[in-house]
Amino acid sequence: MAQSHPDAPSSLRATTKNHTLSVLVENSPGVLARISSLFSRRGYNIDSLAVGPTENPDYSKMTIVINVEDHALEQVIAQLDKLINVIEITELDPITSVQRELLLVKVSTDATTRSQVLETVQLFRAKVVDVAQDAVTIEATGNTEKIQALLRVLEPYGIKELVQSGLVAMARGLKPGSISEDKK
Amino acid sequence: MSNESGKTITGASALVQALEHAGVDVMFGIPGGAILPAYDPIFDSKIRHILVRHEQGAGHAATGYAQATGRVGVCIATSGPGATNLVTPLADAQMDSVPIVAITGQVASGAIGTDAFQEADIRGITMPVTKHNFLVTDPAEIAGAIAQAFHIASTGRPGAVLVDIAKDALQMQTEFNYPKSVNLRGYHPVTEPTAESVRDAARLIAESKQPVLYVGGGAIKSNSQKELLKLAELTGAPVVTTLMALGAFPDSHPQHLGMPGMHGTVAAVTALQKADLLITLGARFDDRVTGKLSSFAPNAKIIHADIDPAEIGKNRRADVALIGDLTKSIEALIPAVKAEFKKSQPDLTPWLAMVYGWRNRFPLGYDHPADGLSPQYVIERIGQISGPDAIYVAGVGQHQMWASQFIKYEKPRTWLNSGGLGTMGYAVPAAMGAKVGAPDKVVWAIDGDGCFQMTNQELVTCALNNIPIKVAVINNESLGMVRQWQTLFYNERYSNTQLHSKRIPDFAKLADAMGCVGLTCDSKEDVDRTIAQAMEINDRPVVVDFSVHKDAMVWPMVAAGTSNDEIVNARSLAPIWDSQEL
Repeated sequence: MAQSHPDAPSSLRATTKNHTLSVLVENSPGVLARISSLFSRRGYNIDSLAVGPTENPDYSKMTIVINVEDHALEQVIAQLDKLINVIEITELDPITSVQRELLLVKVSTDATTRSQVLETVQLFRAKVVDVAQDAVTIEATGNTEKIQALLRVLEPYGIKELVQSGLVAMARGLKPGSISEDKK
Repeated sequence: MSNESGKTITGASALVQALEHAGVDVMFGIPGGAILPAYDPIFDSKIRHILVRHEQGAGHAATGYAQATGRVGVCIATSGPGATNLVTPLADAQMDSVPIVAITGQVASGAIGTDAFQEADIRGITMPVTKHNFLVTDPAEIAGAIAQAFHIASTGRPGAVLVDIAKDALQMQTEFNYPKSVNLRGYHPVTEPTAESVRDAARLIAESKQPVLYVGGGAIKSNSQKELLKLAELTGAPVVTTLMALGAFPDSHPQHLGMPGMHGTVAAVTALQKADLLITLGARFDDRVTGKLSSFAPNAKIIHADIDPAEIGKNRRADVALIGDLTKSIEALIPAVKAEFKKSQPDLTPWLAMVYGWRNRFPLGYDHPADGLSPQYVIERIGQISGPDAIYVAGVGQHQMWASQFIKYEKPRTWLNSGGLGTMGYAVPAAMGAKVGAPDKVVWAIDGDGCFQMTNQELVTCALNNIPIKVAVINNESLGMVRQWQTLFYNERYSNTQLHSKRIPDFAKLADAMGCVGLTCDSKEDVDRTIAQAMEINDRPVVVDFSVHKDAMVWPMVAAGTSNDEIVNARSLAPIWDSQEL
């Protein structure tokens, strides 16, 4: 635990970084509100949050990306763990987990640029899901870095509209290591 | 009502039977439209229902009952405004880790979300101020929700739980089944510390030459007084008890230094600052204790014992964390410390000489003004005359601090106050709840004239329900603590703190109108006689209007946001330290 308090001099503060939490919760009304209320009340910034069903209909899985320092991460996990509807919390390391975002982006094209855009789509193993007179709509999945790289390349052509999912993530292999108390 | 397990009954009957199964003997509440179905079986129940005059009173009464008895307090209200009036007491109980369960009626399930009459999303509203809450729309789930609510409120770190029940769920028929046990997949409080952490803590204690036992409200919640006394005497370390812990360790004990914090004793505050080890027992490094956090106890290692893992490292990094029930943690610590002491026991003599020297040189004190009554004297005499078995319930402000300083607490659950939330208006209804829970004890509400005007209507409830509490209104005709800050930090510009309560209202007449005995006292000579008179009245509530000097201030004081090293024991009067102490 790095000691760093809100009123510690900023030079002593640990630097923040992105952490991916996989949170198993009960599939019951109000759970998402409880979690977002907790983050809001304690002043934790959510970078992204994705929630969906799991193999068991009683539970949902949330993938939460937060940008905090290590000490604050321990607090976030401890506070989340206090919620009665939270079953298990796992921090996912980008190296030992699969992390994906979904991007839909509408890019301006004309006769001269369309082929260049399509080439980019191929390079990134993305696909075109809609074509109009002056634009193509591209669907891409990948980790955050890949999606960001694709957007950087597409930007000069003119991005008309962009929508992106939160990150979803899963540990590689069979057994994810739990960092919360095993509550089973 | 008889046990009708397995029988088909209304959701409302299921609610009341579930409350009976949970062991509820009393609840405080007010009926209204959405909760009305529940009030029909309440009419026949063996549970005593006390009809309050405001839902906030019901909530604080449940809290006072819980704090005085250690059992779960229960309050009940209707939907909409009835429920929103419970928000303050729920937040209050949650902040002070008091186990209460609030039952609220909700509009019928089909009307939820339509802005129906008296609809409020009380589950959403109370999410941040409760340990957990429920919205029940299926009558079959009522009994289970009640069982879970009592389990969650009373185990682990205690707290406030709300159960909101739709009106149609109360009206429909259901088969009643009260669960034999509660098993929540996401809730398993840790009860015992690990052997490794106990050993590490014992080693730190055996190495420390300047330890302090920093005792918080967890010691009261966990009923740790016996074990705490043993550990204190085993280690010989000086003890400080926070505002929430007064009574967990006897004030009269020679190792006791008093209360730490913004208005703590010089000895308690300074001992924490100079310590090399804080043995933190059920305390949470609240800002009112630490002052400026980065300068708090700069040389101390920290042992932090708490049942809530999220408290470890929240404000102050812990060197050793003992996560578990405090009594069990102390029980585990005692033999481990004994074993370490056999190897080597540090000599605390120089440290104790210094610390007890501070206690002797900087005792708590106050002046008797030439032209008025000293509020501290009034409160001190109430404590001396009523004794250590009485229960003292304070509001929030100067009178609360004086009651924490000048009444001597020897036993747990004899001092009740709103420590975390600082809820003005807490005292009268909480005293009502305490008296219901402990009818054989003398219960004094030590209240301010500002606080008293927020919730005094519950004296009507007390008068009608044979709840003879005693209320001392420490009347300085102002919002005294705010006024004190205006004196010290706002150039004596008394913006909106003058209440004129020596003129209006007439508290004695008000008491009389509410079926209580109203007494007045404005001179030192009359104080003992008036208290004695109040002590003799046991067939109805008594209110004493003590008209006191309005310029009295609470000392010592650490100004908000400053270091505890900046403590002043009177206005512009910092303690004079010997050079070797600094």
